[in-house]
Amino acid sequence: MQQTEFLNVVLPFKDKLYRLAKRLLVSKEEAEDATQEILMKLWSKNNMMEGYNNVEAYAMMMTKNFCLDRLKSKQAGNLKLVHSNYKDENVSLQNELEVSDSLSWIERIMEELPEQQKMVLQLRDVEQYEFEEIAELLDMSATAVRVTLSRARKTVREKLVQKHNYGIK
Amino acid sequence: MELNNIEKLLEKYLEATTTVVEEEMLREYFTKEEVPLHLKEYASMFQYFSIAKEEKFTKKVPLKPRKRSYIKWISVAAVSILIFGIYFGRSYQEQREAEYAYQETKKALSLLAANLGKGTEKVAYLREFEETKQKIYNKN
Repeated sequence: MQQTEFLNVVLPFKDKLYRLAKRLLVSKEEAEDATQEILMKLWSKNNMMEGYNNVEAYAMMMTKNFCLDRLKSKQAGNLKLVHSNYKDENVSLQNELEVSDSLSWIERIMEELPEQQKMVLQLRDVEQYEFEEIAELLDMSATAVRVTLSRARKTVREKLVQKHNYGIK
Repeated sequence: MELNNIEKLLEKYLEATTTVVEEEMLREYFTKEEVPLHLKEYASMFQYFSIAKEEKFTKKVPLKPRKRSYIKWISVAAVSILIFGIYFGRSYQEQREAEYAYQETKKALSLLAANLGKGTEKVAYLREFEETKQKIYNKN
């Protein structure tokens, strides 16, 4: 496979890899590095890749494993993820900015979710994957995916309602 | 879409029993229409999800052209050719040396044979001499 051909294969899902990596690693730079690494790994395994009929699922799986490994080693090494893409909550009090404010709240709320819930929510509500695909990717049963997703959605909603109420008070 | 319907769908949404299509309907509703106040949090959620989906990976990926494997195989081939070359070259050399030695020996042997022939010729003269000598003795 040639370089351009490879890039065409990868093009439709490279953003998905990045978004999943960012959801897990939070930091933009870390996510970019992770995605880059995954794509380079795929490229070096190029010949093997043609054997997989679903390259996207394979790449997503690689990304998931890579990010979880990284998080684990970070935890073990007692390092904190450093990232600068937090928005300052206190900057905007005006009404126009209220919407974008609550959007960044959601991001914060999702950061606090357990990893499994984060991934399920990301894959379903952002990437719109089917339950079966998510189940296969995360090595869970479809029922477990459903339960996790329901829990994640409820948590996000509840926390959001809380924040809204604090905002009013 | 009717509010009633939306609320039902939202209930299913929280239980995670909606299909992707139904969720797409919700997303459309909450990103386009004026949303009643008690559903405001859903609006933020669906808006966030749509925005999150827009995020793009923009970093360049430096893909090295994969020459390495070729070079590896070429070097393997070169080394094997070299070894074969040395092996066969040496045996060819030996063969040539043996051939040369054989030719030399043959030459030496034929030289010897020729000289030996000369020797017997001379011995023939000797016999002639002997015969004449006998004749002379007999006459006396």
